[in-house]
Amino acid sequence: MRFMILAKKNFKEIFLDYISLVFAIALPIVMLLILQTFGRVESFFNPTNLTPGIVVFGFAMISLSSCMTLARDRDSALLSRLLTAPLSANDFILAYSLPYVPVVIMHIVVLFGTGGLLGLEISGNAGLVLLILFVMSIGYIGLGMILGSVFTYKAVPIAWQAVNLLTIFSGAWFSLEIIGGGIQSIMNALPFAHAIGAARDVMVQGVGFSDIATDFYWVLGYTVVFVALGIFLFRRRMME
Amino acid sequence: MTESIQGNGFAIQTFSISRKFRNFVAVDGIDLSVKEGELFSLLGPNGAGKTTAIRMLCCLLRPSSGTATIMGHDIQKDPVAVKKVIDVSPQETAIAEYLNARENLSLMGGIHGIEKELVKKRSEELLEMMGLTNRSKERVKKYSGGMKRRLSIAMALVSDPQVLFLDEPTLGLDPQSRRSVWEYIAELKGQKTIVLTTHYLEEADALADRVAIIDEGKIIALGTPRELKDSVSDMQVMVVKAKNLTFDAIEGLREIFPEVREIEDGIEIKAKEIGFFDVVDYLRPKGVIIESTSLKEVTLDDVFLQLTGKELRE
Repeated sequence: MRFMILAKKNFKEIFLDYISLVFAIALPIVMLLILQTFGRVESFFNPTNLTPGIVVFGFAMISLSSCMTLARDRDSALLSRLLTAPLSANDFILAYSLPYVPVVIMHIVVLFGTGGLLGLEISGNAGLVLLILFVMSIGYIGLGMILGSVFTYKAVPIAWQAVNLLTIFSGAWFSLEIIGGGIQSIMNALPFAHAIGAARDVMVQGVGFSDIATDFYWVLGYTVVFVALGIFLFRRRMME
Repeated sequence: MTESIQGNGFAIQTFSISRKFRNFVAVDGIDLSVKEGELFSLLGPNGAGKTTAIRMLCCLLRPSSGTATIMGHDIQKDPVAVKKVIDVSPQETAIAEYLNARENLSLMGGIHGIEKELVKKRSEELLEMMGLTNRSKERVKKYSGGMKRRLSIAMALVSDPQVLFLDEPTLGLDPQSRRSVWEYIAELKGQKTIVLTTHYLEEADALADRVAIIDEGKIIALGTPRELKDSVSDMQVMVVKAKNLTFDAIEGLREIFPEVREIEDGIEIKAKEIGFFDVVDYLRPKGVIIESTSLKEVTLDDVFLQLTGKELRE
């Protein structure tokens, strides 16, 4: 359980470097509060429709924090120092990923709590919504590992913009149908739109697992790929 | 240069270890043995291959060919066993800047599997030794460069490693901080095996039991600082402080002595034999006012110069 000591350090840093928390939790709340006011003129902008997308947008923010923590430790050579300790690759991967799980949970609770105060309703199985979103959040942490293993601390925020844009264009704040065309096809090939769409369908239409199974496995498949690629790239960094 | 000592009593042994980065050979077939308890210095200019060698010994870089053992464990076959007996203070300060000094020390002790109470006890001792006790609860982000460097060394010591790698431990420090770090390193001498990389020749000279001079990835000389200096002891260095030194006077001297270097307020002459009157009798008629002359002791820089034709500081 030595990885817990390193995980503890990373967890502390998330809270001490509070700017990342502001982006991950406070900014999505502000966005939810602002966007739901458009609900008076456009029915899409109601808390039930908006919350899943904004939760996923918050995951993108959390992935920024995770890749920056890893990139910072790489740039400062702290990671090199840590890598000379008798820890396995799995220990490191857990230590850099696990601290974000409580952040993800906190983010989901706070966002759904805020949505609830604004009139959010879940017609279907709330556990299913949480399952979809949680799997997607692990995928985002995997993306953070990939970016943090490849890019420097200064380059990471620039590279992360791709994740941010893909999340926004996956229907985080608006219906994907509005975009249409080639972009819609690209977004449908990626997991983010599936996670948002499936969570939205369960919440708004009350559909069951069988109706969103394809979306769920799509998200799960990508999450496995992101995490596996993150592990592969990190392992390569361990002994170059 | 190959050192063929084999057998027990060696903390580190390398066997033709090399590392290439595409077409660039950073470390080129190094063979050396470091005795247990020895303070061994790798001395060389920037880019000589010192850090690459250390990174291979710390299992952070895979050798392109050859291998090494640390306390009998092969760095490639058994990196986990190697990591249990080593610790490193990298060239960069490599500290968790958002944590305080105690938390940094706990982190390093913890991931090395040292019991919490022991880490606490050692942390107290190390903070005291490094003069950081008073500011140990402050975030290290606020520390000066010297304090960060001392903490970095303390972090490498908290696991009480059998073999300690110090990669350029005084890089970028002011002379006063550098001297205090030297004192801490000197206190560790004999207690554990230390490999110190540096491009400061005074550092290697003052601290090391033995020095390997490394250049372009190869070890070009190996021995105690005294042995290395004695190997070029037939070379004398005279420092002449003078006024009215003209270009013609210096060029003329260069015809008598092959190495004449301009320094502040004078010249430095290097030769196998320097006759005091040869210098004075040549310069005075040229209108040069000689203020002082002195013979300087041979340094490791001179050794490096003799071996490579260039200065260590270049």
